[in-house]
Amino acid sequence: MTQTAEQTRNITLTQALNEAMREEMRRDERVFIMGEDIQSGVYGASAGLAQEFGYERVRDCPLSENAFMGAAVGAAAVGMRPIVESAFCFMWVAMDSLVSQASKMRYMFGGQVDLPIVYRASLYYGGSMAAHHSDRSYPLFMHIPGFKVVFASNSYDGKGLMKTAIRDNDPVLFCEDRTILGARGEVPEDDYAIPLGVADVKREGTDVTIVAIGGMVPRALEAADTLAQEGISAEVLDPRTLVPLDRQAILDSVAKTGRLVTVDMAHKTCSAASEIAAIVAMEGFWSLQAPVQRLGTANVHIPFSTALEPLCYPTAETIADAARATLE
Amino acid sequence: MELTREAMLELYRTMATIRHFEERGIPETGQRRMSASVHSSAGQEAVPTGICAHLTDDDYIGSTHRGHGHCIAKGVDPKAMMAELFGRATGPNKGKGGSMHIADMSKGMLGTNGVVAASVPLAVGAGLTSKLRHNNQRVAVAFFGDGGANQGVLHESMNLASVWKLPVIFCCENNQYAESTPVEYALSASHVADRAVAYNMPGIHVDGMDVFAVYDAAGQAVARAKAGEGPTLLECLTYRYYGHTVFDNPLSYRTREEEEHWRNRDPLKLFRETVVPQGEISAEELDQIDREAENLMEEAIRFADSSPMPQPSELYEDVYVDYPVELLKRGSNMEI
Repeated sequence: MTQTAEQTRNITLTQALNEAMREEMRRDERVFIMGEDIQSGVYGASAGLAQEFGYERVRDCPLSENAFMGAAVGAAAVGMRPIVESAFCFMWVAMDSLVSQASKMRYMFGGQVDLPIVYRASLYYGGSMAAHHSDRSYPLFMHIPGFKVVFASNSYDGKGLMKTAIRDNDPVLFCEDRTILGARGEVPEDDYAIPLGVADVKREGTDVTIVAIGGMVPRALEAADTLAQEGISAEVLDPRTLVPLDRQAILDSVAKTGRLVTVDMAHKTCSAASEIAAIVAMEGFWSLQAPVQRLGTANVHIPFSTALEPLCYPTAETIADAARATLE
Repeated sequence: MELTREAMLELYRTMATIRHFEERGIPETGQRRMSASVHSSAGQEAVPTGICAHLTDDDYIGSTHRGHGHCIAKGVDPKAMMAELFGRATGPNKGKGGSMHIADMSKGMLGTNGVVAASVPLAVGAGLTSKLRHNNQRVAVAFFGDGGANQGVLHESMNLASVWKLPVIFCCENNQYAESTPVEYALSASHVADRAVAYNMPGIHVDGMDVFAVYDAAGQAVARAKAGEGPTLLECLTYRYYGHTVFDNPLSYRTREEEEHWRNRDPLKLFRETVVPQGEISAEELDQIDREAENLMEEAIRFADSSPMPQPSELYEDVYVDYPVELLKRGSNMEI
């Protein structure tokens, strides 16, 4: 990507998401946003939207997740394009509306409805929030047919993917990783959108493929820097969307490097990394020169203490170790 | 509320169509071994009929597992419904929904629903759309039962609709049993309608066997909704003639005397007893409507039986609006 300084701005992922929503709300008056405490923009990405679009289209909700996440389904079924702001940890109380209604309705109805809904799910892990607020359970939504799952790792991807998610006619779970929401990146002035299902190589390499998502991408890039000092050339591939998943890009990269480390911040069991490892084991087996390394969060609940929580997640060091293991 | 002769005949026709659909269609479904989970709304015909008589295709309803009556009253084609019950490609859901998911978006019918009270927030969302886009002139009705009255999402939804002043009618069809659990056991209040006070909306309790009582109460609720004054909770006391499903023997939890009491208050019978003595409509006219409904069901069964089953290729259709089937199969060497 070649951009001159005049054409891009250095903004945070939060600002990028705000811009995407603002531009789409200007473009299409069926788009509206609902959630808790969004008019005041307490948590950032919705800041200023109520001032521009008013309280009807930027709608504060009572603390009734099952009702308002279900109301989004009803509104989408009859012509609106709702964006629902929430956090992963609060989606559990709305699972009927999300799973039994949003994900299944199109199929159950024989294709009679489009459900253009974006469920924005904040992931609060890594901030000493303890077990109730640190959920990263997006693989659950990979498991359920009907949802698309998007996971941006930088400002550029965030804006482009959010625009596509809002324009998409299926329910989209849009993961917002709070460990990277403040990170800055270059974002063009011009309108652009990134298609779902297209992975991005964040760093090219030849010895080992590291597939990482969301907040694991900067850690994988840091690991690649360390490995480079040891003469190991690591390729870092970000799928950017988990459903649809760019299976071919992953297989192509493994065909080139012969080694795979797959990194996820979900619990290891049945994680996105597990699915990616299964795909490569099944379809890329003859490319592999070493066993696949799968990294994820320890299969425990997230503890509060700063002495314990950091032990749960993959780090640049553990990613680099896993890459080295594939080369032993 | 004054009704024309034609409108009264239409009320009877809707009730008769529902009754014959349930009485004829459900045993046929059983014979074809399509599903154990079919719920008859026989006995409850007056409720959807009295309410949907106020609605057009532009209005919305959300329904329940016991939803055939809601579908018919909202204008869904009984022939297509029968095909759906038989799992045929000509059903409104192409055979993928069955009894508990019948939907017809062209009629504003947002689906019968397999989860108790789960369609209530969907109707609230349709009501929100009406407020945002149609100046409250489209009304959304959320049907639920006395079992659904105790679901948290109903209470969240009533609060939401009240806070936002949405054109929604929360219609409780109180048929007095949640499967086998009597409402006296499960409900903390005397009436479901009493709970409206907590959500600052009118709570109306009517005889749900009397289609005119339901019609009048619904008229008030629709007028309030379209005036932008917000939602209404309307409880209709009614009775289901059969068990929860075809496998349920209701005499294990209620008495024959009780059943006879309610069958004596049958909504179609009550209609005749009210209307015929007034002289404008004759018993023969109503008999004729009954015969037409019977014939329609024979036609529906023939249509369903002669309709094709879905093709195996349909399995992967409509999971998403657009999505490569190869990716859904998740593995190049996998067929399913």
